[in-house]
Amino acid sequence: MAPGLRLSRPVYLQMVGHCYDALPDEGCGLLGGDARTASASVCYPTDNLAHSARIYTVDPRAYLAADRDAEARGLAILGVFHSHTHTDAYPSPTDVAQAPDPDWHYVLVSLRDIAPVVRSYRILDGKIREEPVVLDSQ
Amino acid sequence: MAVEVRLPNILRPHAGGQATVSTVGSTIGEVLKALVAEYPGMAGQLVTETGEMHKFVNVYVNDDDVRYLDKLDTKVTDGDTVSILPAVAGGGF
Repeated sequence: MAPGLRLSRPVYLQMVGHCYDALPDEGCGLLGGDARTASASVCYPTDNLAHSARIYTVDPRAYLAADRDAEARGLAILGVFHSHTHTDAYPSPTDVAQAPDPDWHYVLVSLRDIAPVVRSYRILDGKIREEPVVLDSQ
Repeated sequence: MAVEVRLPNILRPHAGGQATVSTVGSTIGEVLKALVAEYPGMAGQLVTETGEMHKFVNVYVNDDDVRYLDKLDTKVTDGDTVSILPAVAGGGF
């Protein structure tokens, strides 16, 4: 397992931009890429069906479309991102309880401060482990 | 009816690592039942003890989410693709 998550620059910008666009609600989406190297090269912004500043639900139809697109590109869905509009970039008890896949990377984008804060976690059996996020130059 | 079922990563270990399996059934309920019969490790992850579709999974027939069709009674026909994906949700509080 690669130590950490790599984000291409376009993925980073699209992800953070989508989270700002979603305000005042939480923004969410999926990350596609190479699971072996944990490199995210495609961002799939999705609607937050919960339309809430406190919780998010990834649109299931958008998830299906993203899954198919990633497969067609020879990629996989690596994980999910969502924003915390007024709290730290750290998984909430709700996030941990509903984390569906221990192989996924759970990316949090905190918009609490002036600058966005992006952090990534693995969640296994309810245990949270932060991992490095590497931002590629391209 | 013979249908292809696409499994999410989380369920693949229960099916010997396969991403796609073939099974039979004329409704989604029958397809899920047949899946559990063949791969008992999936028991409790697709359908609840009370017979409802588990809230942590989304099931699709081709492009359609069965929650917006007839749920477990949604009909499938030969050649349909059934996709199962985890429901992805959470929140800041």
